[in-house]
Amino acid sequence: MTEPARAFRHRHLLGIEPLDADDLVQILDLSESFLQISERQIKKVPTLRGRTVLNVFFESSTRTRVSFELAAKRMSADAVNISGSSSSRTKGETVLDTARNLQAMNPDVIVVRHNASGTPGLIARHVEAAVINAGDGTHEHPTQALLDCATIRKYKGPIKGLEVAIVGDIDHSRVARSDVLALCKLGANVRLCAPATMMPRGIELIGGDETRERVSVHTNLASALDGADVVMMLRIQNERLGGTSLFANTREYARYFGLSARTVARAKPDAIIMHPGPINRGVEMMPEVADGERSVILHQVTYGVAVRMAVLYLLGGPAPDED
Amino acid sequence: MLRRIATEILERNAGAGEVALVGIRTGGLFLAERLQKLVREIEGNELPLGAVDIALYRDDVFEGLPRPQIGPTELPFKLRGTTIVLVDDVLYTGRTVRAALDALMDYGRPRAVQLAVLIDRGLRELPIRPDYVGLATESTASDSVRVKLTETGESEDRVVLRSRKDP
Repeated sequence: MTEPARAFRHRHLLGIEPLDADDLVQILDLSESFLQISERQIKKVPTLRGRTVLNVFFESSTRTRVSFELAAKRMSADAVNISGSSSSRTKGETVLDTARNLQAMNPDVIVVRHNASGTPGLIARHVEAAVINAGDGTHEHPTQALLDCATIRKYKGPIKGLEVAIVGDIDHSRVARSDVLALCKLGANVRLCAPATMMPRGIELIGGDETRERVSVHTNLASALDGADVVMMLRIQNERLGGTSLFANTREYARYFGLSARTVARAKPDAIIMHPGPINRGVEMMPEVADGERSVILHQVTYGVAVRMAVLYLLGGPAPDED
Repeated sequence: MLRRIATEILERNAGAGEVALVGIRTGGLFLAERLQKLVREIEGNELPLGAVDIALYRDDVFEGLPRPQIGPTELPFKLRGTTIVLVDDVLYTGRTVRAALDALMDYGRPRAVQLAVLIDRGLRELPIRPDYVGLATESTASDSVRVKLTETGESEDRVVLRSRKDP
């Protein structure tokens, strides 16, 4: 008989912010077990048989959607994908009406991605199903932070005390916000690095005292990378810039903030290189770094499925009060 | 008791090709490890040892919180063509064994699966029977049967059968 884990106290996964370190460690530990299922010939366990997972992506995504879909299928749940362009949103339906209609079909889990911050939380208040935030506006992307932490833990051991540099368009990045919260809760020190135009003022206060003491803000790449254990590069998201010019041109950005063989040398010799994808080669990361032996970018993708299986396992059963 | 089971496993599978021990986490795994050691003492050869975690295959995984923690399933040998001796501490309803069989089949197609248990306390709810039994005993659903092993921090090995009525 296996030891019972501590109860998972949350009904939804809307962000990293409401979780504590024990919650995070529980998900990361579970992910290790689920990782192994994806390596078998029969990549499926019967745990969520007969349960329904709706992947509702109001904003386009391939990697995250496929990752959630595979995670659901490997847990034996039925997964249905709804994308923004094919949904009735284009016919003028409000998000809440869409949510109520989806709920009427009795799903057990609704995975939501939306370009407006807070949409998954709004939906969670109006449906019975468990809601998982798969990225909302510039708010949070909790499963990305979880898979990042799982990858870091795999290569660097315990996260406590690690120096993690996150470089790129922090202002527009929900990944950065979720990563800062998760890494600080687990005891890492985080250096955020961006041109001043891409650094939100007060970002170090995002998690209150928990992050104030652990986050430092840099506008110089070399100082951010100096002695780092982990270097996480963010994509320059042209689609989010909305026509405003936050930097002169991509060549200038690449020169001052891009990760190349030259700049990466400031980090520790055994530092790992991460990127949430998709990579703009030649902008934030040079090919020699992306394809180098310290790059763990594709391992992040592998962990993504395992982490999402773990989250579905914790949230995909009946709501705790029914048990 | 375990030595007798080890002998029986060897006798029954003599010349039958590959035999491997697979413990059901966590109690069965400790017993499988001990059987492996006993076989080494008796015959001098080493049977491959594996572990299977059945948490994700249980039929009651969502009945009662909290969710079980999941340990790794490790089968460091080829299942195809191998006779698997599944090892558990207490055989009761048979549901754990059913889950373990499903889990095993997802990793491959063993030549045969045999079941070894330390205690058979009866009260089966599924058509499952053991091939090797340390001790068969009668119990009622309100009894509790616990196998305590030094591996789990006990001072000595013992089996405790306790009736709820006379504590």
